[in-house]
Parts: sequence; C-alpha cells; structure tokens
Amino acid sequence: MPIHLTIDDVPITAPAGATILEAARANGIPIPTLCHHPDLKNVGACRMCVVSVKGARALQTACTTPAGEGMVVNTMSAEAVETRKFVLEMLLTDHPNDCMTCEVNGDCELQDLVYDYGVRWPEHAGKRHEWEIDPDPNPFIFIDRNKCILCSRCIRACQERQNRDVWSFAFRGFETKLVAGADQLLLDAGCESCGQCVAYCPVGALVDKMSMGKGRVSQVQKVRTTCAYCGVGCNFDLNVRDGKVIRVTSAEDAPVNGMALCVKGRYGYDYVHHRQRLTQPLVRAKWLDAETQAARLASGEWRLADQATKRLGGRVGSNGHQSPNDSFIAVDWDTALDVVAGKFAQEKAAHGGDAFAVLASAKCTNEENFLFAKFTRQLLATNSIDHCARL
Amino acid sequence: MELTAIARLAAARTQARQRYSQTQAADLFITIGMGTCGAAAGAAESLEAIERELAKRRLAATIKQVGCVGMCSFEPMIEIQAAGRPRVNYGAVTSRNVAEVFGHYFDGGKLRRAVVVGEAIPTITTAHEHELHSLSFVAPETQERIPFQAKQLRVVLSNCGLIDPESIEEYLAVDGYAALERVLTTMTPEQVIAEMKESGLRGRGGGGFLTGLKWELARKTQHWPKYVICNADEGDPGAFMDRSVLEGDPHSVIEGMIIAAYAIGAEYGYIYCRAEYPLAIRHLHMALAQARALGLLGQNILGTDFSFDLVVKEGAGAFVCGEETALMASIQGERGQPWPRPPYPAVAGVWGQPSNVNNVKSYAYTPRILRLGAAWFRGLGTLGSPGTAVFALTGQVQNTGLIEVPMGVTLREIIYDVGGGIPFGKQFKAVQTGGPLGGCLPAAYLDTPVDFDSLRAAGAVMGSGGMIVADQDTCMVEFAKYFMQFVVDESCGKCPPCRIGSLRMLEVLERITAGEGTLEDLDELNRLAGGMEAGSLCGLGQLAPSPVRSVLRHFQEEFRTHILDRACPARKCKALISFVVIPELCTGCMVCARNCASNAITGEKLQVHHIDPDLCERCGLCAEVCKFNAIEIVSPR
Repeated sequence: MPIHLTIDDVPITAPAGATILEAARANGIPIPTLCHHPDLKNVGACRMCVVSVKGARALQTACTTPAGEGMVVNTMSAEAVETRKFVLEMLLTDHPNDCMTCEVNGDCELQDLVYDYGVRWPEHAGKRHEWEIDPDPNPFIFIDRNKCILCSRCIRACQERQNRDVWSFAFRGFETKLVAGADQLLLDAGCESCGQCVAYCPVGALVDKMSMGKGRVSQVQKVRTTCAYCGVGCNFDLNVRDGKVIRVTSAEDAPVNGMALCVKGRYGYDYVHHRQRLTQPLVRAKWLDAETQAARLASGEWRLADQATKRLGGRVGSNGHQSPNDSFIAVDWDTALDVVAGKFAQEKAAHGGDAFAVLASAKCTNEENFLFAKFTRQLLATNSIDHCARL
Repeated sequence: MELTAIARLAAARTQARQRYSQTQAADLFITIGMGTCGAAAGAAESLEAIERELAKRRLAATIKQVGCVGMCSFEPMIEIQAAGRPRVNYGAVTSRNVAEVFGHYFDGGKLRRAVVVGEAIPTITTAHEHELHSLSFVAPETQERIPFQAKQLRVVLSNCGLIDPESIEEYLAVDGYAALERVLTTMTPEQVIAEMKESGLRGRGGGGFLTGLKWELARKTQHWPKYVICNADEGDPGAFMDRSVLEGDPHSVIEGMIIAAYAIGAEYGYIYCRAEYPLAIRHLHMALAQARALGLLGQNILGTDFSFDLVVKEGAGAFVCGEETALMASIQGERGQPWPRPPYPAVAGVWGQPSNVNNVKSYAYTPRILRLGAAWFRGLGTLGSPGTAVFALTGQVQNTGLIEVPMGVTLREIIYDVGGGIPFGKQFKAVQTGGPLGGCLPAAYLDTPVDFDSLRAAGAVMGSGGMIVADQDTCMVEFAKYFMQFVVDESCGKCPPCRIGSLRMLEVLERITAGEGTLEDLDELNRLAGGMEAGSLCGLGQLAPSPVRSVLRHFQEEFRTHILDRACPARKCKALISFVVIPELCTGCMVCARNCASNAITGEKLQVHHIDPDLCERCGLCAEVCKFNAIEIVSPR
C-alpha cells in the first residue's frame, strides 16, 4: 500500500515502510544528514535531518520517522533550520578549524553543511578536545579524533557491513570517545584493515593513511576500474593525480560490491607504480633465436631486462660463465607466447599430456578459469588441473 | 488442577495470617527498620545491641526486620511492643542508645539521645469489602497523628515498614497476591485494562501517561513474545522512592508486573534495577524465588493457561538508562543510549518486540487498584491526577524522608506540615521537583497543588518523585549549575545538542559564578537551552535545561547581581565573596589564625585579626571556628 504525504507542499507517494527521508530524497527534496547512510541502520544521532511534522509535539528525525498517510512535512521550517544551525555550531565548538590543510577538504559532509547553513567557526574559551593525532600504528588507517563528530557511521559499517565490530564508543557525554575494541590499537582489536570505516566517515576523522598529503578530491581524477586481485569483480575508483594512482575510493554505485572493499582492493594499489613491477614478458635469452635476438636488441624492440642486468651486473652466472643465455630479455607478447606454445607442443609430443600439471588462480574470473580448464583438458590433454584456492 | 493451585495459595494465606497475628501478639515484639537508610545509620549494629540488651534483661523477643517507614532523619528506628504496653516507635536508636531506649520503655527512664517518634498503630483502611493495611504514628500524649504523618496517605508505601520484605508470608498476610488471584480467576485481560484505565493511574516515572492506555497499546500489537519491563533505574540525585518500595515491599511490584503481563499478553519480564541498590536487588531475588515456589511465576500460573516469568537485570550506573529506550538497549547488552521513537516500545521495544515499560511505583499501585477497585483509587487525589504522590523530601527541610500524600496537596503543606518547615528558622527560597530534569519554584508558588498538570503549568514537573528544598542560603545560580553539571556527567553523548550543548551551558554558568559573566550570557543561556530542547534526541537532553530555565525565570535578579555587582547574594560563590573580620567583635583569640590552612590570617594575641584576601582560599573554616561571630562573609569582595 503506497503512502501519500506532503513534503514542502509537494504531494508525494512513497512505498509503505519508507522513512520521511527516503520519501523526500526519492522526490528530489534534499534533507541534510550526517549520521545517515543508506547502507547503514538509522540511529537518529546527528539531529541534522530534523523536520517539522504537522501535529507532532516536537521536531522529528526524517531518517527514522516512517512516512505516514496524510502526513504534512516541512523540511525547512524555521525551527528545523535553527536546530540544524545549532547542531552545526555545537559540532564546530569542538572541531578544529583546519579545512585548509585537511585531507578531506572538498569531500567533507560537515564542511558542506556548514557552508550551506552559513555557520561560522565559533571562537570560544570553553573546552575543546585535544586528542593525540594519528595515535594508531595501523599502516592504512589514520585517526584524528579531534575531527570526529561521533556519528557512529564507522561503528555501524564495521559491525553491519564487515561484521568485525572493531569500533565502538567508550565513556560518555562530552568525553565520549571512538575506540577500537576496549580502547586498544586497531590491529589488536581484530581490525583487518578493510578501510570500510574510512569510506563511511563523513569527515576527516578517519583517513586513508597511504594517501595523506598526496592529493585532495579537487586535485584528482577518478577512474572507475575493476579490482585485479580476485574473481569477485569489485569496482572502485582509482584516484589519479598527475598520472599516478594516489588512492582507491569506494564507488557507491559499484554493482557487485557497493562501498565494500577488502584490504587488498583498497590499499593494495602500490604495485601499480612499483619499480619492480613486471609490465612486459621476460624470456630467457637461451630460448630465443640468437639472430633475431641480436637484431631486435639492436633495433631497440627488445631489451635486456633491468632485473637481469642488475642480477648479473658483470658477475659470473650460475653456470660458471658470464652467459648472456641466462639473461632475461624483455620481449613482445607474441614472441613470449610462441615460446611457451612451442615448448608445450614439444613436451606433449615427447611425453604425452600427463607431463603437465596446471594450477589455476583465484585472481581469474570464472570465465577465465573455465577457459583454462578447457585448455588443459582438451589441448594439453591432462586432467591434472587444480586451483590455488584449494591450498 | 485449577482448584489445587488456588487452594494452595488460600492455604498459604490462611497460615500466613495466623502467623502474622501471632507475631503481632507476641509477648515482646520488636521491629527494626533495615532499609538502606536504616543500615546506613547503623541499624545492623543496633540490632546486635538489641540482642545483647535482651540477653542482659533475660527477655525473649520476636524481632522483625522491615523496610523504611519514610522517616529517614530518625533512622535507625525501632518499634517495641510488650504485652500490655503501648507500641512505641523510637528514633535515633544507634547501638549506644539501645540501653536507654529499653530503659525508657520498660523502666520509665529518661531518653537523652534517642527520641520517641510516636506510638505506631497498625491501621486498616477499609474500601468496599477489602482492606488496606498500613501503620499510623500517633503522639503518645494526644493520640493524634504526628505532624509528619498527619497529611500523608500511604497507599503504595503502605507495606513499607509494616511487613518483613524477605518473607512472602507477610505479604500474603496483608492480602498480597489477592489481586492476582482475582485477576486470573475472574477477569479477562481487557477487563484488567479497562479497570486500570478507569482508575486513571498515570505513569509514576514522571511522564504521567495513562498506565491503562499504555497497556492497551501493548496488548493491541499482534506480535509475540511480548515483554513487561519495570524501570527501577532511579537516578535522580536525592531520590529514593523506588528503592524504598523495592527494599520494603518487593512482592507488590512483582504482583503488579504479573498482572500487567496478563493484561498485555506478555510471557517475559525484566526488572531493570540499578546496581547501586544491592539490598533492593537481594530482596527482589528472594521475592522471585518465593513467588516461583508458590506457583505465582512460571508455567501455568495458579493453574491457568497464563505463563510468565521475569528476571532482574542490573544496570551499570548510567542515569540515561532510566530513559526507556536506553534502558532497553542496556538490557540487550548494548551501550546505554536512547534510540528514536517511533517505533514506540509498545510496538517494538526490547529485542524488537512489543514491550511495556512502567516505573516501580506504577506497578506497585496495580495490585492495590485491582484489589480495592478503580473507584476507590479515583476517590483519592484530584480529578486529573488520581491517587497519591510519593516524594523523597530532601534538602533544607526539617523532616527529610519518604512521604506519600494525596495528589492535590500543596507544596506548602508538604514542606511545612509534613516536612516541618525549614531548619534553624531560615527562610524558604525554592523547591525543586523532578530532579535534574525538573524545575524549581519560588515562594510565590508554594500554594501550587501537587499534581501532574498543576506542576507542569507552574513550570516545574512531577518527575518521578524527587523534591529538594532550598533555603535562603542557597545560591540559585550555583543550584542551577549543580544540575547542569549532573547532566554534563550523565549525557550519553549520542546527539550533539545534549553532548556539547550541556557543556557549553555549564561553561556559561561557571563564568557567571566566577564573576566573569556578562548580561549577554543570560541570552546565551536561553539560546543554548532552546537548541538543546528542540534538538536533543531523548528526554534527558530535551529537559536538561529546565532547571536553568526555571532559575532564570524566577531568580533572574540573582543572576543579574552575580553579573552586574559581581556579588553572590547567598554568599556562596567563592569567586565573589571574601571573609573579613569585624573589628568590634574580634577578641584576638587567634583560633581562626591557628585553623587557617593557608595562613591567610594575621594578628597578634588580643589584637584585631586580619584576613588577607589574596591568600584566603574561602574555605569558611575561620567563620565556623570563631566563637564570637566576628568573621563575616561579604559579597561583592
């Protein structure tokens, strides 16, 4: 049974069970939020989404109040706007004024709302928190509790999405503190460094440590890609600045994984620009035709691989000679595959299919592994194929 | 089967009644108040002394340990009745006073330290065909009720101090579980709810919501299992109504909960009791075991289809857990933080299931209402607030203690007649009801009747029953600051308006009491209060500014004096006062100088002394020790 209500004088139809917030946003009516995230349970903590509901005793939080038949909602009543300003002002009375140097400048929900509602950073002589900055040695997650607004999104992300339940609040009132475990270090508290908490943090309290100082949202280009680590096929955005990947951010609209990423997907991107990364097939000199080799090396099409050069470095090779035959040559893909195919054919002819054993990878997609099985059984003619995930 | 269970209860009751009257008729019958207030005053030591005294006098006595009768300022209290003699209640019977009390009772000796509170008369009020047992105290000379009791009407407290809370027999003897029997054998759940609605009982946790209506809402939710929860997380400073009921009469609360469970269709129950009440928790555990043994809890209660059981859940010391949603979160083992309503507990409460949360006293009224009838209850109190009101009367009042008066009695009657007025002949200044979330009222409001609606209209609240009296020496700014400090300490921290707003309000109040306030600070207080009221998630944050608001309304002048004159009229704010020697009165005895911890007082023997305001810590010790009243507190400095 759809529900009919009026929000800001606009008649709206919402599905049964929808909250005022969902009904409003589905119809393009903005209501500000801080603690709300569509992926997470609503807690009604931040009080930013308060709206006036006709006939209600007090302001209602749009994120938790179900839309009711015939309800008349005013999202911008004077009382609601005043209350939001008050909440923002209160948050700022205990928040540093360092947007200038903040990692999430331009990507901060608090900053946006403070701008929208024209709230000034209040000077006052009262108490402000002075938590230690970056107190946790976790290599991926940077913590600045001074910026924490205690919205509990990290807690809920860890609990509801990741099922790790590492984060929680300790102490109460103004002394409420976001803690890992029993106020321990993250890794001691069972953190697996997936970074979900960072992804859901609306402010600069939790930040990707590896990306600190490397570029803010206005300085990067986001490139959507699929994670190369495994066959799940998670999507995320590579944050690229000056041609370099400086950060991985969750893509809310990723079809497979939504905001979720594992530690490898989110933080394992440093191989991209690693100097030891293989970007080209390397073939040992002895498997290549000597004449072609000399010509291609001379023309610059192939080259002596850095690794090989470095490894040999004028020293004597394992066979007692300073043998160029043992060196790696960086070649083109066709050549490399020809070498492999040629040797497969040669071995098969000499010893039959059972000379082969094949190990497939979890990093491949289902389709790739299917092809691999076909290739093994039909072309190599062996059933000896297994998969690394069985190990 | 049905007959058996009911018959068992009837047999137990007959036996209990016999034993009860036998005890009353014992040759020597001594009752001693062993509630927390009695124990704190040394009742356990008094009991040992009584036993020694009995041995010395070669007397055998039946000694009954009871809960608190409400006269906390007289604790430890004992009552002696020997065959052929009046039943006399003595106060201040510490272990060293026991001998003189026995001397007074038996030999007509003089009382020096202990006092006679009155003759205690077991009283039976009859309503329809039923009876309500309680105790009355009369003055031995006049046989009139003593002033502390004259205006009281003990309904929910009727058993406190009368029966032994550790014995279900005693409860059965005063018609305990008769209401449950009546409900289970003759009434449908709908009839129970109708009767409760008819009685007009309003929730005694302070909200004043119609209890019967609350039950009806919970009954209507078609979702099982349902839960019945008793809110015994009494956290207001200076409030101990619920504690006394749980300590002195735990079965009445349990009986009320069983009836509520029957009415709404619940199978399980929780009593959420703060861990700071160890005696209450002990008595609850004992009472639950006794009730189970008699078939009053558990499967097929009294042989009917109705099954219900409950457990005691100890709180972990957070004031906010008195808020029903935070309480339920705490029961679930989560951090004690409130969650937004709707959904209301009647729809989705603890474990997401329909739950009915009531205060201790609301449940304790229930069996009395269902035994004596809704009409009887409606006959008490006022039209809008039937019944009685229980208050923990504390602060600057002669008789502090636990009182119960019919709704509609005025504040003046409570403070001056029941409470005996302000001690040391001082002036009344204000009375705070509703604890840290309530408000204070000045002398002009003393004739306000005490009921839910009149107090709210006057700007205070009924609350769950704390009543703190302030005399002329109370600084109202300091008073407001105290309650705001309490909120700062107890805010759960979930929502910013309360978490941060309360601290900002406290900072402004601290500024004012430090003599650094400006007139703009008064507007700032109101602005912060408005933000907290409109923006906070739960009642704690929404009502936390109330004490400050009420002081601002009724004692604005005192705020202005602090700000404009840098003076504290009550001479309490340390930053605004100084201690000076009155030369005409100072004899130069040097007592003050010797006692001064900061060596701020100088002067030769027999010469007028001088207090250096820069060194003075304003501890007030000099004024206390001066025998000549030669030290005066002045403000401004």
